Amino acid sequence: MIKFTDKQLKIPKLMRPVYLVTAGMSKFDRSFPEMRTEELCIEAFKAAANFVKMTPSELKGFIHTCYYGHFADHFGDQLLGEAVIHDRLGLDPLGNIGIKTGGATGGSAMWEAVKAVASGYSDCALALGWERMDEVPTDEGNHLIACAADKDWETPLGHIYTGYYAVMAQRYWKIFGKEEESFRKTMAEIAVKNRGYARMNPHAHGPMKITVDDVLNSPIIAYPLRALDCCLMSVGSACCVVCDEKTAYEITDHPLRVYIAAGSHTLRVADRRDMKIPLLPNETPGQYDDLGKKFPGGDRYPGFTSFLAARMAAYYAYHMSGVVDPTEDLDLVELHDAFTISDIQTYEDIGIRPYGEGRDYIESGDAYFINPHTKKPGKLPSNLSGGLLGCMHAVGATGLMQIAEVGYQIWNRWDEIHKPDEKWKAFNREKPKDWTSLQIKGAKRGLAISHAGVGSHVTCTILMDPNYLLKEE
Amino acid sequence: MPKIEEEKGYVEVVGGRYKIKGKFHIIEPNQPIFNKDTGRLAGITNPRDMTYIHSYGGEAPFFEALGKGRLLATRCDNDKCEAKGSIFEPFRIFCPDCLQRASIIDITEKARNTARIHSFIITHRSGAFNTLPLPIKFINVEFDKEVVTILMSVLAVGEPKIGLRVVPIFRTKNPTYTITDLMFVPEGTEELELPKDFTF
Repeated sequence: MIKFTDKQLKIPKLMRPVYLVTAGMSKFDRSFPEMRTEELCIEAFKAAANFVKMTPSELKGFIHTCYYGHFADHFGDQLLGEAVIHDRLGLDPLGNIGIKTGGATGGSAMWEAVKAVASGYSDCALALGWERMDEVPTDEGNHLIACAADKDWETPLGHIYTGYYAVMAQRYWKIFGKEEESFRKTMAEIAVKNRGYARMNPHAHGPMKITVDDVLNSPIIAYPLRALDCCLMSVGSACCVVCDEKTAYEITDHPLRVYIAAGSHTLRVADRRDMKIPLLPNETPGQYDDLGKKFPGGDRYPGFTSFLAARMAAYYAYHMSGVVDPTEDLDLVELHDAFTISDIQTYEDIGIRPYGEGRDYIESGDAYFINPHTKKPGKLPSNLSGGLLGCMHAVGATGLMQIAEVGYQIWNRWDEIHKPDEKWKAFNREKPKDWTSLQIKGAKRGLAISHAGVGSHVTCTILMDPNYLLKEE
Repeated sequence: MPKIEEEKGYVEVVGGRYKIKGKFHIIEPNQPIFNKDTGRLAGITNPRDMTYIHSYGGEAPFFEALGKGRLLATRCDNDKCEAKGSIFEPFRIFCPDCLQRASIIDITEKARNTARIHSFIITHRSGAFNTLPLPIKFINVEFDKEVVTILMSVLAVGEPKIGLRVVPIFRTKNPTYTITDLMFVPEGTEELELPKDFTF
C-alpha cells in the first residue's frame, strides 16, 4: 500500500480509558541452564504482584484474559508454550492467546491486552512475554532468527539476520551520515550510553562501562555494525497488567493511562515502494520537499533509511494521546535499540528529530539522563533501562520490559526496582560502587517503541500520569 | 559430515501429492547435561535432524529459471490498478494493490543493462546451514524505474560499492533451485572470474 485512505488513517479510539496498574520482570541473562521458562515467567508475575503489595493469588483474582508474547516456538521446541505458561501461572480456565510479531511481540501483547479492556470484554488483562534463546547452539540460533526474514529470498543468503539489517545501516550511513567519522562516533555513543545505563539495572544482561573507542574497535559483525553496536540475545520474562478505571483504582492509587497503536511494513525491505512521507503533528507540509537535495538519495522514502511502521504507530498514538512534539510533551522514551543505527532511524520516524537529523538527538545531549554538555538533566532521556543493547532482548518480553521501565519512572518508583542491595545479591550481580539513581524527577509521560524485524511490526505505547493528560476526554 | 546416498531423503509430486522416499531423519540419542560444579543433572539435549518439505507455489518459475540463466520478475498488467506497469523483483505472484495475478516477465536483459548496488554489507559471520563462502558480500540491487522494488543478493566477485553497476550471474551447472543460484558481479567481469558452476 503506498497511498492511504481516510478510513485507514482514522485515529484509533479506545472505547473507555485503560490504565497500567503494575508491571514486573525477571532477571535477564544469556542463559539459564538451571531454570525452566515458567520459573522466569512466575518471577516476573510475582514481581508485578509485589509492586502493588498483593499476593500473586490476589492479583490473579482480578485478571480476566491473558495475552502472551512469545515469538519463537522453534527455539524452545515447544508449540502451545502459552498453554504451558498459563497453566503454570495457575490462570486456567481463563481465555488466553499467543501473540507473535518478532521483536515487537511484547508491544503487540500489550496492544491486544489494552484493546480487550478498552472494548469492555475484560476489566483486567495480563500481557506477559518471554523468550528462551539459549537452548540451541548460537549458530543454530542465528539461523532460527534468520527464519524471520523471507525463507526463500533472504534466509538462504547467509542465515544471519544482521546481514539483512546492516544493508539499511549502510544506506543510512551513506545518505544521512554522509559517511562521516563523526556520525560513526555518534552511533557508538548510543552503545556507550545505553550499556552504561544498564550498569544501574540489576535485571540487565549486558551492562558495560565502555568508551566510543571500545565500540569502534569491537569485532565487525556486518560493516559498519560492530559487535557493540548490536543488541543482546537474552532469556527472561516481563509482564504488565492493564485495567479499566474502576478496577485500576481497586488495585492501586496510582494507575497510569495507556495509549497504544501499531503499524506495519513489508517483511522484506526489498518490497518497499516509494511513497510520500506521512507527517506527524510536529511536522509541516512541504517540510521534506528538499530532503533529496540536502541528502542525495534521501528522497526515496521509506527506502532503506526509515521505518514506515514506526512512523505509522507514532502517527496513530500521538493523535490518540494528544502528543504534538515528543521532545516537549514527553519526559522519557524507551526505544528499540536493536542496533545503534536503528535507534537513530527511529528518532526520525517518531518525530524526535526531522528526517535526516536524527544524530542531533544524541549530539545535543537531549537523549541523556544528564546532558553531557550542559550537565543539566537531558530534555528527553532515552533507554535508561539500558535498552536492547545493555538490558536485554528476550524477544517476547522486550516490549513489556520497556513499558515497565517507563512506568517505574512515572510512578516515581524507579529506585525501588533498581536500587535494593538484596535484589543485586539475589541476582548474583555486583552493584557498581558508582551506582546512581536514574529516576527522572517529576516524570509524567513516557513512550515505548517495540519493533520487529527490519520494521515489519512496530507498536508505540504512551503512558501518562492521569493528572497530566494532554488531551481533553 | 555430508550424508551418504542412503541417508538422504527425496520428494516428488505424483498425482497432486507429495511422494517421499529415502531417509528424512537419523535418530540420535539424547545426552544428559550435568552441572560440572555440583555434579547434578541440569537438563537434556534433544538432537533433531529434520527436513522440511516446502512448496514454491507460484514462485516456482522464478527459481527454475535461475538454473537456465534467466531472471524472471512479475508485472501488474491490470488496467484498473494504479500500480499497472509496476515490475516486482522480488517476484510477487499477486500485485500488492489489486491482488490480481501478475504477469511473469523476463528481466534478464534489463538487469544486465541497469542493475546497480543500492546498498551492501560484508559479513564474516553466518548462521547454521549457510552454504555461501565467508565473507558474504550482501548487496541490494536496484534496476530501472519500472522495477519498483529492490532485490537482495550476493556480490560474487570484487568489492561492493553503492552505485556500482553489476550484472547477474546464474548457477546453470548443478543448480540448487534456491536464491543462491543468482548472484551478481561488477560489469566487465570476465567469465573466468565467476565462481564454479556459474555463467552469465
